Amino acid sequence: MKECLIKTEKLTKIYKLPAEQIRAVRDIDLEIFAGDFISIMGPSGSGKTTLLDSLGCLTTITSGRLIVSGKDVSHANESELVSVRRKFISFVFQDFLLIPSLTVLENVMLPLYFARLPQDRNRAVEILEKVGLGHRINHLPKQISGGEKQRVAIARALAISPKLLLADEPTGNLDTKYAQEIFHIFKKLNQEGLTIVVTTHNPNLGSQASRIIYLQDGKIISENKPN
Amino acid sequence: MKSFNIAFKNLTRKRIRNILTIGGVAIAVAVLVSLFGFDAGYQKGLNNDIDKLGYHLLVTAKGCPYEAATLMLQGGGGLRYMEEDVYRRIIKDPRIDSITPQLVSSVYNQEGAGGRGSIALYMGIEKSYIGLKPWSKFKSGGWFSGNDVDEAIMGYEAAELEQRSIGDKIFIPGIGKVLTVVGIFERTGTQDDGIIFIPLASAQKIFNLPGKLTGIGIKLKDIHDIAKFEEDLYNEPGIQVISLAQVRGTILNLVSSARAMASSVALIAIFIAVIGVTNTILMSVFERTREIGMMKALGASAADIFKIIWIETTLICVIGGFLGMALAFFGSHIVEQIIRHALPYAPAGKLVFIRSQLLFASFLATVIMGLVAGTYPALRASLMKPIEAIRSGE
Ligand SMILES: Nc1ncnc2c1ncn2[C@@H]1O[C@H](COP(=O)(O)OP(=O)(O)O)[C@@H](O)[C@H]1O
Ligand SMILES: [Mg+2]
Repeated sequence: MKECLIKTEKLTKIYKLPAEQIRAVRDIDLEIFAGDFISIMGPSGSGKTTLLDSLGCLTTITSGRLIVSGKDVSHANESELVSVRRKFISFVFQDFLLIPSLTVLENVMLPLYFARLPQDRNRAVEILEKVGLGHRINHLPKQISGGEKQRVAIARALAISPKLLLADEPTGNLDTKYAQEIFHIFKKLNQEGLTIVVTTHNPNLGSQASRIIYLQDGKIISENKPN
Repeated sequence: MKSFNIAFKNLTRKRIRNILTIGGVAIAVAVLVSLFGFDAGYQKGLNNDIDKLGYHLLVTAKGCPYEAATLMLQGGGGLRYMEEDVYRRIIKDPRIDSITPQLVSSVYNQEGAGGRGSIALYMGIEKSYIGLKPWSKFKSGGWFSGNDVDEAIMGYEAAELEQRSIGDKIFIPGIGKVLTVVGIFERTGTQDDGIIFIPLASAQKIFNLPGKLTGIGIKLKDIHDIAKFEEDLYNEPGIQVISLAQVRGTILNLVSSARAMASSVALIAIFIAVIGVTNTILMSVFERTREIGMMKALGASAADIFKIIWIETTLICVIGGFLGMALAFFGSHIVEQIIRHALPYAPAGKLVFIRSQLLFASFLATVIMGLVAGTYPALRASLMKPIEAIRSGE
């Protein structure tokens, strides 16, 4: 029996705007197991980002249940969510969000500081080598390419040794060649045991995952599981 | 990686803006340090001047007490004259330890100071003058050869300025008199350094003021007798008695309004600097909204973010503070020149006196400035919600 990292029951997130309510995701029933490599696909506005943010405890949910690592966080507030996230879930964003004044290595070591983990420089260098950036550790973000920046962001996400990596459109800003590189890295990390959930609207990339979930209008319309 | 490093490296972004902000803080702190330094230096200089007068009381002709107080420190007399008889009458008072008559005259020299014109101060004195100022020593030469001779003793700076040594002649312009230098005093750090002394009797002749004095310096045996002594002289016609305590008070009054104005300027400068820093940091917080969201998503707590922004602000203030202190320290010469021109009376010696305590207090002040200026931006940053911050401006 595989360990269940995240379980949702009728998870719903509604954005309340002055004029209307947007049901960005609704009634999501989903289980994420250790070792999964899931891609969430769907058209723009279908709720991929909202679902990923909810799974990653980056935002509070409106209704339904969310259980992360056996803990019910459906009603947790912001600060409780921080402590659930910390050391367990890590993120990669579409536009990298590296700190321009810090070197590649410093960017990678940043989460260690926030998580109060030892500042193990050697391990940070190892992670950078793993994503193929061992020769770039002292460069500043502006001195490297977009594909390399995203690999730095992945290394940064890996610094705290998370169990779950969430990536929202990580290849959205990259050319096909670099995008494929990123998915190569994801596959490699997944083979080493990391659980990964990634959103994309590129079918060529999304289909490389082991579970593919299709969203439309905030609902799961189908899931392809490898048999 | 520490908050400090993150904060410090952030300052390397938007360099021009940060440099300007730091410059604002530096100027405000420089003004503050100069002002307090001036306050300390002025009081110290004034006390020194008063102590080095050597006498407790000065008797002068009746007139404006401000003017008299100022002139007393500048060389012991007003431009008004009193009769020598007064001196002869009070000299007998048994409470007096020493007493010395003086006649001061200023002479404008058109060719002085390299053609720009200068004022030379002459003072007629008797030997008792030296008795009141035991620290006055001759650097070279000695006392006049007689009571009514065309000789001069020069203060240290007067001799330097006019490039005179023993045996040289000095010419009093407009009067057509030539004096021979017989002595030069050592530096005393008082106004005496700039004066040319001549025998009292000669002075009365040269300046055509027979039987006149500008002041009488009096040192009492017992300092507690001052009030009573002053009262007794009240009946003498045409004179006024100025005591040291009065002089001190009068002079401090004179500068206190100037000081109050300077203090408000300094406070306004600090206030503007704090607002400037807050504004700069707030701008940089808004510009970094997405970055801050990212840091929070990656595990930074509100306190972590608050700390980073607070350190950034305090760094700006402290760097500005050090620059300001350096500016005040090395610019104190210029400030002195300005103050000397602006004030009716400035004591001899250093006017701006910057001590290590003052520098330490200023350092603390800049830290507090930083903490105050940083609180609001740091709070704004720390309260940002990760997702909203990251998605903003996408
Ligand atoms: N912060 C928000 N406030 C209001 N509506 C939002 C917000 N974020 C997303 N939405 C809306 O929710 C729906 C789902 O958006 P999103 O999760 O970003 O979809 P996707 O990532 O698939 O493009 C969209 O209709 C979008 O307009
Ligand atoms: Mg999206």
